[in-house]
Amino acid sequence: MIEWANTIIQGILTGGLYAMFAAGLAIIFGVMRLVNITHGDLIVLAAFIAMVVIETTGVNPFVSLLAVIPIMFVFGYFLQRGILNFTLGDDLLPPLLVTFGLSIVIQNLLLEIFSADSQRLKAGSFEVMSIQLTEGLSIGVFPLVIFIVALVMIIGLQQLFNRTRLGRAFRATSDDATTAQLMGINHKHIFGLAMGLALILVAIAGVLMAVRTNFDPTVGPSRLLFAFEAVIMGGLGSLWGTLIGGIILGVAQNIGAKIDPGWQILFGHIAFLIVLVFRPNGLFPRTRDD
Amino acid sequence: MSLLEIENLTAFYGDFQALFGISLAIDKGETVAAIGANGAGKSTFLRAITGLVNFRADKFLYDGETLSGRQACDIVGLGIAMVPEGRRLFPSLSVEENLIIGGYNQRSGNWNLARVYQMFPKLEQRKDISGTALSGGEQQMVAIGRALMSNPDILLCDELSLGLAPIIIKDIYDALPSIQAEGVSLLVVEQDINQALAIADRVYCFQEGRISLSGKPEELSKDQIAAAYFGK
Repeated sequence: MIEWANTIIQGILTGGLYAMFAAGLAIIFGVMRLVNITHGDLIVLAAFIAMVVIETTGVNPFVSLLAVIPIMFVFGYFLQRGILNFTLGDDLLPPLLVTFGLSIVIQNLLLEIFSADSQRLKAGSFEVMSIQLTEGLSIGVFPLVIFIVALVMIIGLQQLFNRTRLGRAFRATSDDATTAQLMGINHKHIFGLAMGLALILVAIAGVLMAVRTNFDPTVGPSRLLFAFEAVIMGGLGSLWGTLIGGIILGVAQNIGAKIDPGWQILFGHIAFLIVLVFRPNGLFPRTRDD
Repeated sequence: MSLLEIENLTAFYGDFQALFGISLAIDKGETVAAIGANGAGKSTFLRAITGLVNFRADKFLYDGETLSGRQACDIVGLGIAMVPEGRRLFPSLSVEENLIIGGYNQRSGNWNLARVYQMFPKLEQRKDISGTALSGGEQQMVAIGRALMSNPDILLCDELSLGLAPIIIKDIYDALPSIQAEGVSLLVVEQDINQALAIADRVYCFQEGRISLSGKPEELSKDQIAAAYFGK
């Protein structure tokens, strides 16, 4: 019994990481109607940038975020303005193809520079600290921190979107980019900022992932898949939905792994399919009258 | 000197020429109406002024400064605001947020939320609901308020009466004098000729991408307008 409780709690905490992957994807889709196939590779890219920062400066992985976050923000802004803005239009296919191509480019560049070796960012004893809840049930401090960061991230994004001038501009541009221009909103700049913001989330998620698990240049696509599943289960357009979607995915994977270690990924996909069968629009779709 | 002075403006949608040499001027504080049938080029003309449609013009002066080639998002900051055809409120934003985003460019002036609510008291009661949940007339009020929030010198109104009941149209048009009283110039595009003649200092009639008639309402006869509107 206590073992199962443990499995589920670990699953919920893992879900926090998936929610972080998913939140960036959700923002990119929400603001720009752009399906970002290269999302997983950007997460891995952030992890490698952190690795370089740590190797050159010797700082702790969490401190490396001070460099990785601005680098990813600037990279995102110019990626959007320099390339992706030109793919946007009535057709969903061009951004899909271009981000798919970018995914291959980033993977191969990372492979060329860093080789296929498995890497890990080390955060010292903090990684293995734990809190004992009861006899036989303890939770890791680091997974808990990841979950709390995911929560804070989603609350912060909600506030940003609902209460700030920039958030209103994001929503207005997403609704109707042409009319937004009549308000004095430069939609190209707003799209750049949205991508930059999404890559801030990617930077945080990438570094936390890299401390938690091994990574190499080829793990991006599976992160993308987890992010997609979390977003779709949660319902497009809902940030809290991405957290719930991430948690469902994390719990299902942990239950699968508990039954048989080979079933971890399979159980995640099965949970995804079950949710889709019963709620094709996800659990919390945003109702919108277009 | 005119506030807005346009000479020989042409505009294309791809290979299709929509405007053939439009010349038009608006003085400060003046109300000008552009009337004409569907497809006469009135809306295209407004979209050209706001930078949403590419155009060529011999002269395009606003406040003595040439405006050709500016991005659409820079135009509103110079004092040209538009109430677009079909209202085009932002569905994800509440009524109040729709108004606030009208002031996104942070141009200074007399208009603010309180003034807009004073002009359209109905909106204040409904400020927290989604803009698209309002009736058509109320949506039009939001669209006008949203444009005013940018503190414009010129307000372009595209088909204010479109799809609205006559009694609502009267409510909307009753609000225009208080906007005129602020010294704001108005360029009103209308299919409803009587409405347009009633408020305008001068009228331009559009026909198939050209201006077929212009003048003061009291100087134009019904027959002249009918000929200019429908062609011969």
